[in-house]
Amino acid sequence: MKATTAGPAAPHKARIDIYGLIIGFVIILASLVCLLPFIHVVAKSLSSDSFVIANRVFLWPQGFTIEAYRKIFADASILRSLYITVIVTVLFTILGMILTICAAYPLSRTQFKGRRVITFIFLFTMYFSGGIIPDYMNINNLGLMDTIWSLILPLSFSVFNLLIMKTSLTSSIPVSLEESARIDGAGHFRILFSIVLPLSKPIMATLALFFAVGRWNAYQDALFYIKHEISLRPLQLKLYYLVIQASESFQLEATQVQLSNPEVLKASVVVFATLPILCVYPFVQKYFVQGVMLGAVKE
Amino acid sequence: MKVASASQTNHSPLLRKKQGFTHYLQRDWQLYLLVMLPLAFVIVFKYLPMTGLVIAFKDYKIARGFWGSEWAGLEVFQELFAKADFIKAVRNTLLLNVLDLCFSFTMPIVLALLLNEIKSIGFKRVNQTILYLPHFLSWVIIGAIAYQLLSEGGGVVNNLIELMGGTRVPFLQEDTNWLISYLVIGVWQSMGWGTIIYLAAMSGINPELYEAATVDGAGRWRKVWNITLPSIRATIVTLLIMALGKVMDGSFERIYSLQNKATTEFTTTIPVLVYRWGIESGNFSRATAIGLFQSVIGIILVISADRIAKKLGEDGIL
Repeated sequence: MKATTAGPAAPHKARIDIYGLIIGFVIILASLVCLLPFIHVVAKSLSSDSFVIANRVFLWPQGFTIEAYRKIFADASILRSLYITVIVTVLFTILGMILTICAAYPLSRTQFKGRRVITFIFLFTMYFSGGIIPDYMNINNLGLMDTIWSLILPLSFSVFNLLIMKTSLTSSIPVSLEESARIDGAGHFRILFSIVLPLSKPIMATLALFFAVGRWNAYQDALFYIKHEISLRPLQLKLYYLVIQASESFQLEATQVQLSNPEVLKASVVVFATLPILCVYPFVQKYFVQGVMLGAVKE
Repeated sequence: MKVASASQTNHSPLLRKKQGFTHYLQRDWQLYLLVMLPLAFVIVFKYLPMTGLVIAFKDYKIARGFWGSEWAGLEVFQELFAKADFIKAVRNTLLLNVLDLCFSFTMPIVLALLLNEIKSIGFKRVNQTILYLPHFLSWVIIGAIAYQLLSEGGGVVNNLIELMGGTRVPFLQEDTNWLISYLVIGVWQSMGWGTIIYLAAMSGINPELYEAATVDGAGRWRKVWNITLPSIRATIVTLLIMALGKVMDGSFERIYSLQNKATTEFTTTIPVLVYRWGIESGNFSRATAIGLFQSVIGIILVISADRIAKKLGEDGIL
């Protein structure tokens, strides 16, 4: 639109700009609301106790010190929790991907007889489940209580991820490609490993991230299943007991100094636990967006 | 059943359709082998626990075991329905989730409409990246940040209020305030993430519609109201049905991370009761019964929402 008709067009254009500015302003405001809480917690974690007690820390550290972080890295139990979380997340993601592929590939083949029945068996569990207590008793009966397997096995098969993978395999792998492979004498395993999987790298990356972040962030099952074996507590559960319930005092091995105000230490534990996610976040974000949109595709 | 016909393998194409299951098993054994593993997982970790629902109808004693415990009929349910905590939990579960639905469901739509009006791709991308961020944090971390921000003693929000001459507000330590904080934190966590699907739906709208509307003299709001919103209607309805199905659900992690001893009025919800009765106190029968009650109502809600959507001419999800 060229403003050749200077008279009436000029005020019209100005009005649109005002609305545009208001919208931009509202969005910036919303973004700040999402961002500022972190900045505040980071600032707090890098401040010295006295400034925090005096309520003088807002968005910039006052009396800069990394003492709190030094204490966290000296605390073996927090590092141990981080280690458990990493192990559990890696094993969980690998197992989850294997299970998803094992289910999605057969179910995406039209020649596979009985796939309607099997799909129903999977789908039914999305809408109806035993619930918390029967699950708990099941884990107990299987002897998985207080083992890391209770955090890896039960949730590793996700019907939601299966549906995304299935949709992707059905739509993105050309049938002709597979047919020509079969004419050349390739079996299903061969087709899966040499054709289907290499072509599905983007969707596999997306789902692996879904599994990993989901596992990293969960603490409900750990709260239920890791009861006595304190050394097996994943990071989120450790954080829960430390910061939210405040039922556990920081067992600081290096320094036996009595803490006058645990707020700084709590803030730095929060930052410590958030850091891994924050580091990978910019890279994984776009995969997640793709995944959500694929998930929205109706079966 | 059909095994017999498979033995007389006939190569006539006319008879192909009548091939027995053994034939397919022979031809595609690799596929069946693959699916066995996930199937085993579903059976062990999903279907096996379902048999445990039986203890809702038993007087379950840990010492006597699953089979040794006596049948109780509907006694457990009668006892459950008479509990004051149960009534409270059902009320709270509905209250929290319905309110959450009102705010956490509508905010992403509003935000997506606003983001859709942004022309500068760079500006849009930077803001979206920031808005998605809270979704990637665990509820424990969000709970911890909430306490750092909102606590009555040293929370920064209260510090600011005091600095501006106001009095400190117990955001998380008083029942009604807690409820409001819970809802606001829910919106905060999910609003950016919720825009993804709506923005995707909006990107599929034919730009000619907007051009035609501009020619007809439609303003910004008119275009949003008459073109954008109707175009994402199907998406809104689908997501609404899915959200309605969760009205009896409620995230245990979210409530448990934000709750504290001062605010039991609204934090007593079904998942919290299941945990308290079952895992903390060991009353498995009662905790299973309340879980079963929740599942059944949940399914009824999904099915009814789906039916209503179909009656209104939408696609539905089932």
